[in-house]
Amino acid sequence: MSQKQDEENPAEETGEEKQDTQEKEGILPERAEEAKLKAKYPSLGQKPGGSDFLMKRLQKGQKYFDSGDYNMAKAKMKNKQLPSTGPDKNLVTGDHIPTPQDLPQRKSSLVTSKLAGLFSEEIFIIPPLHFDIQGLGMLAA
Amino acid sequence: HKRHMRGAGGGGCPAGGNDFQWCFSQVKGAIDEDVAEADIISTVEFNYSGDLLATGDKGGRVVIFQREQENKSRPHSRGEYNVYSTFQSHEPEFDYLKSLEIEEKINKIRWLPQQNAAHFLLSTNDKTIKLWKISERDKRAEGYNLKDEDGRLRDPFRVTALRVPILKPMDLMVEASPRRIFANAHTYHINSISVNSDHETYLSADDLRINLWHLEITDRSFNIVDIKPANMEELTEVITAAEFHPHQCNVLVYSSSKGTVRLCDMRSSALCDRHSKFFEEPEDPSSRSFFSEIISSISDVKFSHSGRYMMTRDYLSVKVWDLNMESRPVETHQVHEYLRSKLCSLYENDCIFDKFECCWNGSDSAIMTGSYNNFFRMFDRNARRDVTLEASRENSKPRASLKPRKVCTGGKRKKDEISVDSLDFNKKILHTAWHPLENIIAVAATNNLYIFQDKIN
Repeated sequence: MSQKQDEENPAEETGEEKQDTQEKEGILPERAEEAKLKAKYPSLGQKPGGSDFLMKRLQKGQKYFDSGDYNMAKAKMKNKQLPSTGPDKNLVTGDHIPTPQDLPQRKSSLVTSKLAGLFSEEIFIIPPLHFDIQGLGMLAA
Repeated sequence: HKRHMRGAGGGGCPAGGNDFQWCFSQVKGAIDEDVAEADIISTVEFNYSGDLLATGDKGGRVVIFQREQENKSRPHSRGEYNVYSTFQSHEPEFDYLKSLEIEEKINKIRWLPQQNAAHFLLSTNDKTIKLWKISERDKRAEGYNLKDEDGRLRDPFRVTALRVPILKPMDLMVEASPRRIFANAHTYHINSISVNSDHETYLSADDLRINLWHLEITDRSFNIVDIKPANMEELTEVITAAEFHPHQCNVLVYSSSKGTVRLCDMRSSALCDRHSKFFEEPEDPSSRSFFSEIISSISDVKFSHSGRYMMTRDYLSVKVWDLNMESRPVETHQVHEYLRSKLCSLYENDCIFDKFECCWNGSDSAIMTGSYNNFFRMFDRNARRDVTLEASRENSKPRASLKPRKVCTGGKRKKDEISVDSLDFNKKILHTAWHPLENIIAVAATNNLYIFQDKIN
């Protein structure tokens, strides 16, 4: 599917103009967005919404482990200190192999849900005087 | 054959104009600056009577709220929902054979119709479905012969007299116990469960297959739909949602990532790979873009209570289909069309893959679905009106009316409007539920559960 050149630049502005003729309103914003995406990621495949997405979806939860690397790393670690793991402990690079100690604890939530907690509901105190409750800034943004 | 089902026992929409006036009723959950992942609500469901409201979260926990009996001294407040029971439904697992981490997140909860004093629900994570029994205990037996009151066994030789244990009242205790565990039937991730109208069977659907279970039998399930291609390289679509027809126990529908819905009749063959009906809206090929397929992916499909219609939710709209017409929907409602010109960034931050659910009201006259910025949308099908409302702590004074919200799409922003660029895409409302008989709605906003009620005249 080829991109028309005249869609590239003015498309963004025209997409926002509601005065544009009929269906073109709906098409141009999407195409403009597509052009933006392709500009950022030129290698994006020509198969939109196809196998790549679906494969990624089906693979959710997959963890990779190589017992050879693991045992080698464990053997090395007997002699020297554990190399610093850096921010992402799941990333396997070079010497650093995630060991059981590194993995985040996959314990179940032993804590009761806050929906069922003691103070699961706000207690409203209607003030005798008028003051602006919203000014207390309870809500972020 | 009724066209619309009206709820039994009052409280339904007033005849004629459906002029909802939604008011804040309750909010559950903590006000956290940093929301813990486990606290994110992942499913909300009323039971058949609406007296119980269940939530599931990412931490595998289920919390059930029960509606209080109406209080004569407070005639303006309809029954409020308070905690009835809470339990850990699923725990995180690791499948060592496949190196697969199995999340404890509750994907769906579905109630069974009530048949005795106990309540039953099905809850599922990605791999395992569980049948939970929730029962009340308000009596306790005392005066056992072979054990003490604290449960310690007595030495039988020291028992010199026999007595009959007697039942004594005790403080109400609500117990949840797993009665059935339906495991090892899904290679892929379960996205839906649906109880059949025969009240004996249910379906579970994952990305590529749908299985039929009998509620009493855990070691066997029948595969009724299988769309896995022989060669996985040829995979073009996955199953995104599935549901049984509310009255016809042989009929089910499933939606796909390509924006289509297939209706299957289990009487026609054991394996329903060939659909009976195929619902797809024709697309204008000239309007196709990279995003077309992604935003057409259906995230939820729900039959109307009447069983005559079904509703599908895709990224930008909600469509109502007449089951007798496969060629196109009878209604299309735009949820947040202004996002069409933001698809590039929504793709980059993965929001374009968010799975919004949708729901009908009891009489099928209105539908509701969520959006971003803690906004949710309601469409009145009869009056052809729609409204955008917000679930926020700011509008949470008791019985405060919700003010309609408006998103400004360009040009001058009026006072009280919010511009598209100011929307908070981390505040997603993916799960909402509507009481089956009355105008009470439950809206899950990340880790908080909001309950709104229609103002009583």
